[in-house]
Amino acid sequence: MKKENQVIICRCEDVTLEQIREKINEGYTNFEDLKRLLRVGMGPCQGNTCGHLIQRELANFLKIPVEQVKTHKSRPLTMGVPLKAIAEETNE
Amino acid sequence: MNKYDLVIIGAGISGASIAYNLAKKGMKNILVLDKGYFASGATGRCGAGVRQQWATEMNCILAKQSMEFFAHAKETLNYPDDIEFKQEGYLILATTQEEHEQFKKNVKLQNSLGIPSKTCSKEEALKIVPHLNPDSFISATFCQTDGHLNPFKMTEAYYLAAKHLGVEFHFFEEVKSIKVVNQIIESVTTNKDTYLTDKVVNAAGGYSKEIGDLVGIDIPVYAENHEILVTEPIEKMQGPMVMSFSKNIYCQQVPHGAFIMGRSNPFAEHNHDIGSTWQFLDEMSKTLVHIMPKVGELRVIRQWGGSYNMSPDRQPIISDTKDLKGFYMACGFSGHGFMFAPMTGLLLSELILNEKPSIDMSSLHINRFKENKATAYEKSVV
Repeated sequence: MKKENQVIICRCEDVTLEQIREKINEGYTNFEDLKRLLRVGMGPCQGNTCGHLIQRELANFLKIPVEQVKTHKSRPLTMGVPLKAIAEETNE
Repeated sequence: MNKYDLVIIGAGISGASIAYNLAKKGMKNILVLDKGYFASGATGRCGAGVRQQWATEMNCILAKQSMEFFAHAKETLNYPDDIEFKQEGYLILATTQEEHEQFKKNVKLQNSLGIPSKTCSKEEALKIVPHLNPDSFISATFCQTDGHLNPFKMTEAYYLAAKHLGVEFHFFEEVKSIKVVNQIIESVTTNKDTYLTDKVVNAAGGYSKEIGDLVGIDIPVYAENHEILVTEPIEKMQGPMVMSFSKNIYCQQVPHGAFIMGRSNPFAEHNHDIGSTWQFLDEMSKTLVHIMPKVGELRVIRQWGGSYNMSPDRQPIISDTKDLKGFYMACGFSGHGFMFAPMTGLLLSELILNEKPSIDMSSLHINRFKENKATAYEKSVV
């Protein structure tokens, strides 16, 4: 195994470059597929760290400019908030 | 033009299961079309729960036999990854006297069908989930063999098994029209191509009604947004799914460690909206903190929505139709298509191949609505 493949791409869910390349090679060639099968983008940072790294991997694989690789769907919340703080309408 | 023996519309868990069951029985030339990416519809948005505690006989039977499949699915489908199936139960809370009485009847029905559910006193329920607020319910029912299953992995397991048997899948390809000549299906046209076929399965989830409309079959279903959220992952603290119909909540800790929870919006419009609202977040937080205050300390990290495809009696439509030969339906699952998928695939394969059905399917037929037959209405839905 190449050393670079052990690089952590998604640090929220500990997903390596090797895992990402493996899934891309299996035919999952968009961020949403990879998210569902590897959990990239599902952690506390919501894809802010791995998003553009994976976009670049997909661009290399598909041989298209990185701007043409669709970014992942961003969902609320923009940061983690305790359920209790919302229920009680208090500030943390 | 390419010719197929069957075109399935929708590559969610239902479409994938139908394709797998047919291919396993030897059917060739099956094409599955999906307008989005892998598990982009209701399957990939669901709450990942699988349960057998239902109030209608048909839903109990579908759920129980599906659960038996899930228990061996990894081996049966020869899936290399983990489907994250765990049977740590569903604890369903009764919060009113009416529910308490209804649940006794439900358990009796479930037991008569071989489902090992039981009624629990408040004290017994607190032993199963100690962090429940004792003032938030009066009694409960529990079924140990209910539980959790990863929707993405389970769908991939069906998808890979079907592909291995020769089924073709096209993603990002949307069905635009279906040509019918003299009451026989001739072809299916998408945004990319036209395929000759005389058999079509409508497994389009939230879009089932629109697919029916393409061939003039009026399917009495509609799509409705159901929202859901997920917290940060923590060490395991809750085995079973906790659910209440009257308080409008389901909440479980998945094997990954996160808590997933959802509730329905009684005022949801009948459309394809799958957005997220602050009203949901607000009501969900309040309900959760009331029932399980300790879980309220966790941070929400994401919320999303997905379509329930609602049928009039909240039981599925697994059916052919005398109005159009070769047109089959697997829709109207009312939020429970994921957990019934093994039976959906099995029953539709029997229908399509003219085999003797494993169970009496008459109460799943679309005719039940036309003939205005009295069907049991499923109350146990969030």
